[in-house]
Amino acid sequence: MSVDQHAVILGAGHAGGTAAALLRQYGHLGPITLVGEEPIVPYQRPPLSKAWLKGEADADSLALKPLEFYAEHNIDFRASTTATAIHRDAKTVTLSDGSELAYDILIIATGARAIALPIPGADLAGVMFLRTAADAERLKATVGPGKRLAVVGGGYIGLEVAASGRALGADVVVLEREPRLLARVACETLSDFFKAQHEAHGVTFELGATAAAFVGGGGHVTGVTLADGRTIACDAVVVGVGAAPNDEIARACGLDVARGIVVDLEARTSDPAIFAIGDVAHRPMPIYDRMFRMESVPNALEQAKQAASAITGRAAPAGEVPWQWSDQYDLKLQIAGYAFDVDEILVRGDPASAKFAVFHLNGDLVQAVEAINSPPEFMMGKQLIGARRPVDKARLADPTVSMKEVAA
Amino acid sequence: MAKITYIEHNGTEHVIDVKTGLSVMEGAVKNNIPGIDADCGGACACATCHVYVDEAWRDKTGASSAMEESMLDFAENVEPNSRLSCQIKVSDALDGLVVRMPESQH
Repeated sequence: MSVDQHAVILGAGHAGGTAAALLRQYGHLGPITLVGEEPIVPYQRPPLSKAWLKGEADADSLALKPLEFYAEHNIDFRASTTATAIHRDAKTVTLSDGSELAYDILIIATGARAIALPIPGADLAGVMFLRTAADAERLKATVGPGKRLAVVGGGYIGLEVAASGRALGADVVVLEREPRLLARVACETLSDFFKAQHEAHGVTFELGATAAAFVGGGGHVTGVTLADGRTIACDAVVVGVGAAPNDEIARACGLDVARGIVVDLEARTSDPAIFAIGDVAHRPMPIYDRMFRMESVPNALEQAKQAASAITGRAAPAGEVPWQWSDQYDLKLQIAGYAFDVDEILVRGDPASAKFAVFHLNGDLVQAVEAINSPPEFMMGKQLIGARRPVDKARLADPTVSMKEVAA
Repeated sequence: MAKITYIEHNGTEHVIDVKTGLSVMEGAVKNNIPGIDADCGGACACATCHVYVDEAWRDKTGASSAMEESMLDFAENVEPNSRLSCQIKVSDALDGLVVRMPESQH
């Protein structure tokens, strides 16, 4: 593709913002237009549930690049704007301000949105999500000493919000529909470990508890009624029950869409002039020989690299091992890979020491690792997953054998 | 403010004024300097902001934490002067700092 073409990026999150910067870094000379729904420049979302909520990061430090960067690099950043339609034949998009924008290359990076619970009272003030900086601002203004925060959903977002809520001095109760925390994403060892850690920090849990309604007074939430009839009193609610891809605009213009917009290893959709990256993309992952949709910063960065490389004629980035992280209290959780086709789970180290790793195996291949305060297990586990090299399970289970020796 | 010289693996030099309080990693990333990826944004979770600190500056940049050591231990092409640049806070004392980038962060 020629380097002087107009690249239009829909969505100014971590994926879209990174794609714009990488296009310039990789030598794209044509105009770039970056269209974002939020009123501010692209920023890092992970700290919103961690450092930012606790006041350890500000708007400037969250920004991927300072505002001046966009003008200096000839990137036309359109804040508070969304695209309402893509016209593939004309190669134009219609924007929410009514204008039409012509593109040569289009990158869809519209991300995902928090899923709302379809229950009564969901529109009460004080029922919140944590997705955007504005969400985080609202939450921070609401939660503090003497307040009780109910978190609906015991996944990673819910647990990070619980930890931050405690750090802000609020009482926190987590309501989870499943009988254990992190039920969709982690094994029981990890579920039990995080429950114990949060309880030690004063968080209470209601497991197997389905939220049936939010109740309120004066338009503001005052409690969550459970399916068993009990009402849990609270001053604020954060709903963290997952996210859905913003792929409607791609469906409407006839692109292939599965659980997200279908792309290839270059992040290219079924239309060669259109790419899709980040949370909205349903993408191939060769090490697992399948396609799926991921919601993580490393995934957004990787696909931004794939698209920017393809657009500027650069060699594709080397195949990656997907990974993510979570910080709660003084615990550093690092996860590499996804636990597909697992037939054995092996724990290395002692959970009681808060320093251990859970390896998910298929035969003697490592499929995924969840490492708590254990960088060597994470780093070496990630390499083993990528290499698809068999490991000696007895040595892997023995913490006196170093990870370097395990992998040797 | 501290003047920091970032040298890419191919020898390209970038001299940047970095605000006190930011990390050496943030100084590079916010100025779109190639060679420091910083996938995790400074959480010390990924080891993709690896730099070599110029010998003259090793003392002034301080010692690395156990977590940083542990992450660095598994990065590529680690040398005694290797650091994760997200863990070096910029102060006036680092005015003139020189760091070099490795060939790859992955």
